[in-house]
Amino acid sequence: MLTPATNTEGASTPDQNGCLKIDNFSLAYAGKPALRALTLEIPRHCVTAFIGPSGCGKSTLLRAINRLHDLNDETSHKGRILMEGMDIHSPDIDVSELRRRIGIVFQAPNPFPMSIYENVAFGLRLQGSLPRRRRDDLIEWALTSAALWEEVKDRLHQSAWQLSGGQQQRLVIARTLAVQPDILLLDEPASALDPVSTLKIEELICNLKSQLTLVLVTHNMQQAARVSDFTAFLSHGELIEYGPTDQLFTNPRLRHTENYITGRIN
Amino acid sequence: MTRAWPWLCAASVALSLLMLGLLLTVLLTRGFGHFWPSALELATLDSGDMVGGEVVREAALPHREGQERLYFTANRDIDGARWRWVTIDSITSRQTPPGLLRLQRSPWGDFIGYLSAYEDGKQRLEGEAAWQALATALAAPANARPQATLILETVDGQVIHQTLADVHRAQRPNAMHLGEKLRDWAHGVWQFLSEGPRAANTGGGVWPAIFGTVLMVMVMSVVVMPFGVLAAIYLNEIAHQGRLTRLVRIGVRNLAGVPSIVYGVFGLGVFVYGIGSSMDQWFFEDTLPSPTFGTGGLLWASLTLALLTLPVVIVATEEGLTRIPDSQREGAVALGATRLETLTRIVLPMAMPAMLTALILAVARAAGEVAPLMLVGVAKLAPQMPLDGDFPYLHLERKFMHLGYHVFDTAFHGDDVQAAIPLVYATALLLVTIVLVLNLTAIFLRHYLRRQRGQPC
Repeated sequence: MLTPATNTEGASTPDQNGCLKIDNFSLAYAGKPALRALTLEIPRHCVTAFIGPSGCGKSTLLRAINRLHDLNDETSHKGRILMEGMDIHSPDIDVSELRRRIGIVFQAPNPFPMSIYENVAFGLRLQGSLPRRRRDDLIEWALTSAALWEEVKDRLHQSAWQLSGGQQQRLVIARTLAVQPDILLLDEPASALDPVSTLKIEELICNLKSQLTLVLVTHNMQQAARVSDFTAFLSHGELIEYGPTDQLFTNPRLRHTENYITGRIN
Repeated sequence: MTRAWPWLCAASVALSLLMLGLLLTVLLTRGFGHFWPSALELATLDSGDMVGGEVVREAALPHREGQERLYFTANRDIDGARWRWVTIDSITSRQTPPGLLRLQRSPWGDFIGYLSAYEDGKQRLEGEAAWQALATALAAPANARPQATLILETVDGQVIHQTLADVHRAQRPNAMHLGEKLRDWAHGVWQFLSEGPRAANTGGGVWPAIFGTVLMVMVMSVVVMPFGVLAAIYLNEIAHQGRLTRLVRIGVRNLAGVPSIVYGVFGLGVFVYGIGSSMDQWFFEDTLPSPTFGTGGLLWASLTLALLTLPVVIVATEEGLTRIPDSQREGAVALGATRLETLTRIVLPMAMPAMLTALILAVARAAGEVAPLMLVGVAKLAPQMPLDGDFPYLHLERKFMHLGYHVFDTAFHGDDVQAAIPLVYATALLLVTIVLVLNLTAIFLRHYLRRQRGQPC
């Protein structure tokens, strides 16, 4: 089993604190394997980055954790993904509840065609009715956590589609935070944004670490180096190397990893 | 050549617009012109005959020099004809006497001539007093008019007695000034819109037909929208996207091209003779052999047209559903929404403009469709409205009148087609207007929905 090496000071031992455990997990899309027997543990209250060339399966893995592949009836999987020791594919699991606990944010901002307020309230309303005050408080908290509150507090009832791309992405993060997930999956959240917005998202990721566990898929090596605590390098659906970020970037164990992070292969 | 093609495209657009403009102009002038109180002319011929009436048109004499003029002389009860061609050369004098009167009557159509006296049992009025009494009597609602007889005299001196009860309107167009003519015109248009037809659809109004058309389109929409939208949702959101779905989709698209009369035949065979007859045997046995649902009616007509417009609704709704990006669905699912919640809270609201487009297309198609209706429920003259104050208020089994069929019927099946032609234009104009109004309502609603969500319009 490949786990992050524990010899780095400050990094906690994933074995004890891993809240998400991927165990020998494979996934095939229309008969074509996309993930091959991945095994790794994602530590609690850390940012774990998945890097790798296009088509290596990092987004696929992220979506598998959210069970989004259920929407496509041509996928099949083997192995297990454990969240707090529970197999997420077990029939006892309530998928809606699972998805509430594991939030996901996609590459392109996808706010719903409603007001800013209603966007954030969407997930809350799905869980049944809350007292209005409580809901308003949660929405303010979520928007504040996503560093958007100050920018939108005076126009909560305007259409979310009028926000800029960066604001939209933070709104989507706020929407996900509002249902208080334990894990937040971010699929290249900043790749469609300008540098300033990217910076804001990265700051946000660092700030959220204290509240929940984050998994970040990124193409951007510098971004992975800047914000993540652990990094997993995937290639062709296989996990090549996994370890603390500074170790993986400064002293990779494998030649393949080194070639990728130094840009010699793509 | 390369320079020419943009001009060619522009020219075809211009031609289409021109045709459309021409169509509307013809309908407007011919239709609404009919209600204008045009002057009545009194012509004296060299033979000594007098001809009184409205000049309709002039035409060249066949095989000879000169022109002849067509007069609408009315008075079918007196000389059996309503029209008279007169050679212009034979006219010695033409006048427009202010006393010349035009009456609209129920049997026999219009009368043109003079009013000599007004008798209502108590008194006999002559001259201007008679006209005043007639005008006052006609201003009252039809059931509050006095019992009276009019003594009328045609331009060539024949006297007839006319009961007031059979008279609907009276005008002396030669004595009217412009304001009076305008008021008279508006009154005529209003009567056309608000009254029932008279004289085998060649006179009177079209209110039952307007009502029937709108009601039928509404019942159809209520039936077709849920079915069409559900079918589109199934095809786009639920069904496995394989060869079978593709086949179904092609089938649906081709159904839209089936000639409408075929739907009429289907409606007649399945709805009227099939379901309708069985319903009569089960529920309305006491009225047999006279059919209740076993004959054409509002319900069967609406269902037939719903079937006809179903492909349109499915295709338009599905196009709207396809345009919704998957990221929206995934966004909702990722927040813990179930498939149903995603559908009702995200997909359907986003597809609402597309559904309204579907409704617009369906209504436009259905309101103008006549052929299938002739088989499944439209009537030349429906004795009762399909919606009235008697329980259960909406009478789905009743036959109804329809503007499209009214156009056809007025144009070809009246006893005096010539006289009814202006009504054909007016009715056609009305049909266009109704479709336009229904469409505009839906378009504004769609615009409003889109703006509410901040989507580009």
